[in-house]
Amino acid sequence: MSEIAEKVKQIIVEKLGVEESEVTTDASFTNDLGADSLDTVELIMEFEKEFNISIPDDQAENIGTVGQAVTYLEENAK
Amino acid sequence: MSFKRVVVTGLGALTPLGNDAPTFWQNLVAGISGAAPITRFDAERFRTKFACEIKGLDMNDYIPRQEARKMDPFTQYAVIAADEAVKDAGFAPDQLDLDKAGVIWGSGIGGLKTFEDEVMNFSEGGRNPRFNPFFIPKMIADSASGVLSIRYGYRGPNFITVSACASSTNAIIDAFYYIRLGVMKVCISGGSEAAITNAGVGGFNALKALSERNDSPETASRPYDKDRDGFVLGEGGAALILEDYEHAKARGAKIYAEIIGAGMSSDAYHITAPHPDGTGAYQVMKNAVEDAGIRPDEIDYINTHGTSTPLGDPQEIKAIERYFGDHAYAMNISSTKSMTGHLLGGAGAIEAAACILAIRDGVVPPTINHFTDDPEIDPRLNLTFNKAQERKVDIALSNTFGFGGHNASVIFKKFEE
Repeated sequence: MSEIAEKVKQIIVEKLGVEESEVTTDASFTNDLGADSLDTVELIMEFEKEFNISIPDDQAENIGTVGQAVTYLEENAK
Repeated sequence: MSFKRVVVTGLGALTPLGNDAPTFWQNLVAGISGAAPITRFDAERFRTKFACEIKGLDMNDYIPRQEARKMDPFTQYAVIAADEAVKDAGFAPDQLDLDKAGVIWGSGIGGLKTFEDEVMNFSEGGRNPRFNPFFIPKMIADSASGVLSIRYGYRGPNFITVSACASSTNAIIDAFYYIRLGVMKVCISGGSEAAITNAGVGGFNALKALSERNDSPETASRPYDKDRDGFVLGEGGAALILEDYEHAKARGAKIYAEIIGAGMSSDAYHITAPHPDGTGAYQVMKNAVEDAGIRPDEIDYINTHGTSTPLGDPQEIKAIERYFGDHAYAMNISSTKSMTGHLLGGAGAIEAAACILAIRDGVVPPTINHFTDDPEIDPRLNLTFNKAQERKVDIALSNTFGFGGHNASVIFKKFEE
């Protein structure tokens, strides 16, 4: 697992209070990990903070699963 | 339409004297002070460096961390107190019509810590507007009642009352009125506050409202003492389950006491100072006694607002003497803020609990820290100085007054069929 994937996982475990084993690549924040819309906004903000980037709203809307977050961050994080 | 009778069937408390109602009451009767140096933040540069904090609380014992972090401390306190009260009331499954169950909570300020943290982050982060999405829902004062209704599934009336230090008495009064009118059968009422923060202490210090007796925190809250120098900030709250008597009877509930009347008034004078003639304090007690349909001399105990401020204490006492006449010298009077400190919007709730338990046990909790008589306070009054007094209490009145000139009083009575 990449360093970015590991950090993403830690943030999700911390913010959503889920078990590490639940944070699979395909897991959806809302459908599988119990997040509501506010939790999702908070997650995106945490990713922005952790990786020191700004994720535009239109792209944040496409980040709904763990895998999508990791892919986006691997492509865009400096 | 006839009014419904309203009884109290559950109690919960989270206070500087104890993290549940029985411990709170035990320490209140024992005359213990909840004051100590502030641990919530570094108060070294503040004029007041002590407060009445909740002690030994591990939030994980009550609320899962993921839920707790979406609540300001004042809401966490509400949940802990309400959980105890709901459990105490002992509702069996399906015993409640959830459409007839409500939550009316009180808080003077709401999520001060949340507001402070977010604005400090904004300021320290180069004014980058990255606010947490939970900022507003955590901070707004009604979040406590919203969270409670979600927690228990109560779908009836749900809101918060805000009248500074009278807030939770106003909440209890509203709950009492709505049950009396038949709008709901059961209501979680009470109030909570969590204002021991940089801004809370700094703000009250700026008003010169707080005691600055840093060398002796435990004796700083001394209502009616000649050398009182301001109130001691407290935190926490209490929850009361108010219930339509017929509803309580039908389910065989334990009944602590009946609420028989309530009063409200305004000073219409100054945003922080009490009216020098105590007119609002006089009127609110009169309104409550008349609402209860009793004679003034039937009151056995008054739990006063008595915050230990130089101006406030004598005004209330003068109003008591003026309204009750000679009976003022026959009843017990005490300020439990001498022990708990001032819980602001939570004060009315914990003091309501004190009145109810005084009725149950026949004991009046003391006004501790009395050292020197104040020539302005008539020595014929029984202010229950320093030690609890055994006394049969059939009827007790609780006074609360808030910045803004809000006055609210409620009267509890030993329950009789």
